[in-house]
Amino acid sequence: MGTYLTLFISAVVINNYVLTRFLGLCIFFGVSKNLNASVGMGMAVTSVITLSSMLAWVVYHFVLIPFNLTFLRTVVFVLLIASFVQLLETIIKKQAPALYNMWGIYLLLIATNCIVLAVPIVNADSNFNFLESVVNSIGSGLGFAMAIVLMASLREKLRLADVPKPLEGLGVAFILAGMLALSFLGFSGMISL
Amino acid sequence: MKLWDVFKKGLIAENPIFVLALSLCPALATTSTALNGLTMGFCVMFVITCNNTVVSLIKNVVNPKVRVPVYITCIATIVTVVELVLQALAPLLYKQLGIYLALVVVFAIILARAEVFASKNPVVPSFLDGLGMGCGFTLALLVIGIIRELFGSGTIFGLHVMWASYNPIMIMILPPGAFILIGYLVAVVKVYNQHVEQVKMAKLEKANGGEA
Repeated sequence: MGTYLTLFISAVVINNYVLTRFLGLCIFFGVSKNLNASVGMGMAVTSVITLSSMLAWVVYHFVLIPFNLTFLRTVVFVLLIASFVQLLETIIKKQAPALYNMWGIYLLLIATNCIVLAVPIVNADSNFNFLESVVNSIGSGLGFAMAIVLMASLREKLRLADVPKPLEGLGVAFILAGMLALSFLGFSGMISL
Repeated sequence: MKLWDVFKKGLIAENPIFVLALSLCPALATTSTALNGLTMGFCVMFVITCNNTVVSLIKNVVNPKVRVPVYITCIATIVTVVELVLQALAPLLYKQLGIYLALVVVFAIILARAEVFASKNPVVPSFLDGLGMGCGFTLALLVIGIIRELFGSGTIFGLHVMWASYNPIMIMILPPGAFILIGYLVAVVKVYNQHVEQVKMAKLEKANGGEA
């Protein structure tokens, strides 16, 4: 139990995928202008990461390893995730239209995103067992959600600030992310895996 | 002349990183030293050029409905080739780039160029567009890498260039430094592009005024 807790905390704050590993930055900067959209995006990313890395784990351990095809990992994972997200979108559209109206647009955006591909690869690289990879995936997803919600709240405040003209928009968003990353550095060394 | 423009726009005017802000993960993650940034840049340049060429060649064969999966498969295959080659030739670099090399597959810039440019243009312009975008990308990564390495560890490509008593600013090679540096670089490129635009406008006005 202890290991799983450590793994979880490490994935959420210490090795936060956005702020210390720079993954998922496109959506991180793209969506964080709006707080509501960020919450939706965070939830969508968390669920897609968790489900797709479960799927990827099964395929990796029962197909790629036995047949000695691990070098095809990138191709297989990317196609697996893209088709899985497409499937998920179709099912949600049919079964839960209300949910689809809330999350639908985000699903396609994250079909080919670095963070969604990175988590299954990290799981495979670190030889996690099934439960460990699930915990790691949920942790990374929640870490992303936390980062994007924090960022969106900061950017909403920033709208009232007087920013130098050249830095407006993307420039100041990056510097803000830098400050956020700086505060997350405080977590490093809290747990060593 | 026209082909030169296709190549040139990727360098500064539509620089993938500073202006389009696409594929930022590698720009931050692999630029703690200039060498890593340069290697990553070359890998991406290779992938984007090959992919643009292939997509342009097969554009009439692929059914538009399945084009995105086809492009992704194509990109993933090229990336796997790059991965295997780098693993064989430069295992140390391969290890340092780590997971980010595999993630080249999902870089938005590559898919975006295939979709926006290569699927609508003949082979030669597509090739040049890929090369230009790749050069702009490499340039950006190299600049970021040099600045971060210079201030963060006092070296460039591993050679000591700062004076002996220079105390490295650790934060530059840590994640926050990368974010802050890119923020300022984005601002610099924005000002430069605006300046170029203004000069162009002024010239145009002058020319029009002369005619009238």
